[in-house]
Amino acid sequence: MNSVDALLSGDRRALARLITQIENNRPEARAALAALYPHTGRAYLLGVTGAPGTGKSTLVNELAKARRRDGQTVAIVAVDPSSPFTGGAILGDRIRMRDLSGDPGVFIRSMATRGSLGGLARATADVIVALDVAGYQTIIIETEGAGQAEVDIAQLAHTTLVVEAPGLGDDVQAIKAGILEIADVLVVNKADQPGADAAVRALRGMLNLAHPASRFPGAAAAAAHHRRPVGAGSPPPDPAAPVEPVWQVPICETVATEGKGIDALWSAIERHREHQRASGAFAHWQRIRVERQLEALIRDELYARFVSASGEQLGQAIQAILNRARDPYTVVEELLR
Amino acid sequence: MDTSPIRVLIAKPGLDGHDRGAKVIARALRDAGMEVIYTGLRQTPEMIAEAALQEDVDAVGLSILSGAHNALVPRVMALLNARGMEHVLVFLGGIIPDEDIPALKAQGVAGVFGPGANTQVIAEAVRQAVKK
Repeated sequence: MNSVDALLSGDRRALARLITQIENNRPEARAALAALYPHTGRAYLLGVTGAPGTGKSTLVNELAKARRRDGQTVAIVAVDPSSPFTGGAILGDRIRMRDLSGDPGVFIRSMATRGSLGGLARATADVIVALDVAGYQTIIIETEGAGQAEVDIAQLAHTTLVVEAPGLGDDVQAIKAGILEIADVLVVNKADQPGADAAVRALRGMLNLAHPASRFPGAAAAAAHHRRPVGAGSPPPDPAAPVEPVWQVPICETVATEGKGIDALWSAIERHREHQRASGAFAHWQRIRVERQLEALIRDELYARFVSASGEQLGQAIQAILNRARDPYTVVEELLR
Repeated sequence: MDTSPIRVLIAKPGLDGHDRGAKVIARALRDAGMEVIYTGLRQTPEMIAEAALQEDVDAVGLSILSGAHNALVPRVMALLNARGMEHVLVFLGGIIPDEDIPALKAQGVAGVFGPGANTQVIAEAVRQAVKK
């Protein structure tokens, strides 16, 4: 296949154009993705999320530089929000990634969310397929600035970093509660700023409070199944010890603007990666990812078919509900009969 | 139904450190429904061409206040062409003396918009030129 050959041969322009077609949901992109899919599964996907202004882009820049020093190629997908009013967007993540430009082992693509609400764009997963086939060994996915509900990244990435910073105020804890569940590694960036210790303490306390399952032997296995992070307050795992069923979420402190703490952060990421493989969680999650992707695709497709088949029925049904002649549940039953 | 947003790279080549104009344009194009990739200050022509390639943009806007446009613009355009991106629209903003404009346009610059240019007019000009 043409697109496969072009990507495998390292044609960056072909890659960039294919990504545009994927983003624009073009029919050519569908065909290309079908041909590309068998070549995927080689890249390691690292998700980076957190509130706006915590330093995600700067951290991604440093993480990528560290990978490059190890001789690995890196692709970065940086997502920023689209305006709900005009559909326009300012994609500014490249500003913090100047160090990487000009490096042929790095490919950076900015994506607008285009109405998607989960912190990623609808097409992000498919764009990663293309980058994976193009041979990038590590793919870093930076979400838009996230609050509580933007948790799609956890379904896509193999390891998810949640980035925090001191000085976000006492409401910091409120934010934590929403994203705790998806963090495989917590990062307190800007750790040289006043309040960093307090932020680490708050996170540690929240982790212990939120998921005390590790105190109950039976609950621990259940928690592992649901990928609940537990007990960051406990000491780091002994590499010689047998594999813990539950991943202990570490808290890493970084100063991304100075490149501090990056190597320690990478080793925490590597430990998570190893733990996922050894504990079987990786295979388990791969399966869940595919299940959920299929579920979403089938839902979209069935609905699209239903809409095109139902003709005027749907409009009449809406009117019937507006007229209070029918309730929505009855209408659905009738429409699907 | 092609409702794909126009993608534009806004870049500041060279060494002058004032990017207010670039940001005004970025904002105006965003409000016109475009996806604007803003790369920040002090970009080399190589960085700009490579970013344009990776982001697969329809247009590149260069903001230059340093007077180095006659050196920088041909370099950016040559690098874009070398990457097979001769179709990409290049437009200029900043301080560009009137007498330099004909030569720049002859090299393929699609538009030059100095201080005081109406941002809606710029957005519409970009849209029309890209659609062509």
